[in-house]
Amino acid sequence: MNRFPLILVLLVMAACRQDMHDQAKLEAYESSEFFADGRAVRPQVEGTVARGQLRLDDHLYRGLQDGAPAVDYPMTVDRAFLERGQSRYQIFCAICHDATGFGQGMAVQRGVKAPTSLHIDRLRESPPGYFFDVITNGYGSMYDYSDRIPVEDRWAITAYVKALQLSRHASIDDVPASERGSLEESLR
Amino acid sequence: MHLVHGVATTSESLGSPTFPKSMAQIFHPSLNTVSRATIFGAVFILGAAAFGWDSLLRSPYVTQVGVARDQPVPFSHKHHVGGLGMDCRYCHSYVEESSSAGMPSTKVCMTCHSMVWNDSEMLAPVRESYAEDRSIEWTRVHDLPDFAYFDHSIHISKGVSCTSCHGAVNEMPLMWREASLQMDWCLSCHRDPQKYIGPRDRVFDPDFHPFDLDLETRQALAEENRVESLINCSVCHR
Repeated sequence: MNRFPLILVLLVMAACRQDMHDQAKLEAYESSEFFADGRAVRPQVEGTVARGQLRLDDHLYRGLQDGAPAVDYPMTVDRAFLERGQSRYQIFCAICHDATGFGQGMAVQRGVKAPTSLHIDRLRESPPGYFFDVITNGYGSMYDYSDRIPVEDRWAITAYVKALQLSRHASIDDVPASERGSLEESLR
Repeated sequence: MHLVHGVATTSESLGSPTFPKSMAQIFHPSLNTVSRATIFGAVFILGAAAFGWDSLLRSPYVTQVGVARDQPVPFSHKHHVGGLGMDCRYCHSYVEESSSAGMPSTKVCMTCHSMVWNDSEMLAPVRESYAEDRSIEWTRVHDLPDFAYFDHSIHISKGVSCTSCHGAVNEMPLMWREASLQMDWCLSCHRDPQKYIGPRDRVFDPDFHPFDLDLETRQALAEENRVESLINCSVCHR
């Protein structure tokens, strides 16, 4: 008797099990019955430092120079860096601070407490390290963004905020003589 | 297969084969036609069954395409992305660097919802989660089989839009699956990726789909981003 069809059917049915789809390994954000908090994602053990996470540099990681808010940037600020800052600002900041920094973003229009305009004198005079600190640790009702924005990006946003401030207080004298003609042309 | 034609009721009227008188006919004569039809029709019946099974496996009943999933908190992408214009990366912050796009912690929700809708019953689980450091158990909408490897970051950096796979999330009140996530769907792009590539700076634009561009533009972008067809088994099954 030919058992081939029967074997084929059994083989096909065997493939219907889900064990291979949902393996015993844990994926990101999966729940786990093994750990007390029910999470597969594990927090770093308290009091330990992972390789590459030693953060001794006060300037880079805390925005401090000699214990005061840093005046300089811990990296080179160039066009690419500012553009990175612009894109991160638009992702994380513009929703409240709005694209120009006056603090009338969409979330504010829907009831979030309006942030201070970035163009007031106090903030225009604040050094970069101050903004880095606000992004890292929060300020007033603004939560900290240290878990969402990596250190380098926080500096990039800082540089872009500084550029935004300059843009609102610039005169034609700040434009290089060679560029003035085309600027005046574009305003016409 | 042998069938007894059942007109004879007595052994006298038929020479051979012979049956005892007591044996009445078992099948109605019409079954002769049915049986012939069945032997012939089996091909079609098996074909139809195979087609039906295949259709079932590709139907929303199995793939969950277009089926909005209930969630412990009815989070609306339509409101947050479509209405407020939030960038995908505000919440899915690691999508450019890691395999998982990153699910926001409830701290991210509370960044705004400590100030707006902060006494809403609907958001009570969010506040409790944040206060007590307990995770909300969301219903997963997109889940690949564990034997398939997938990395968001490489797709993003090659110019595959969020909408290419996730659809217009800015129009989804509750999240649903836009694509089946079945292997033939993956391969439809992996075989011929040039068709599905858009500009890198519009990857996160919820109103953009690569098909908005003509084919030549997409092919040029694919060349620029060095996009190649990747259909080796070990690309995904590693």
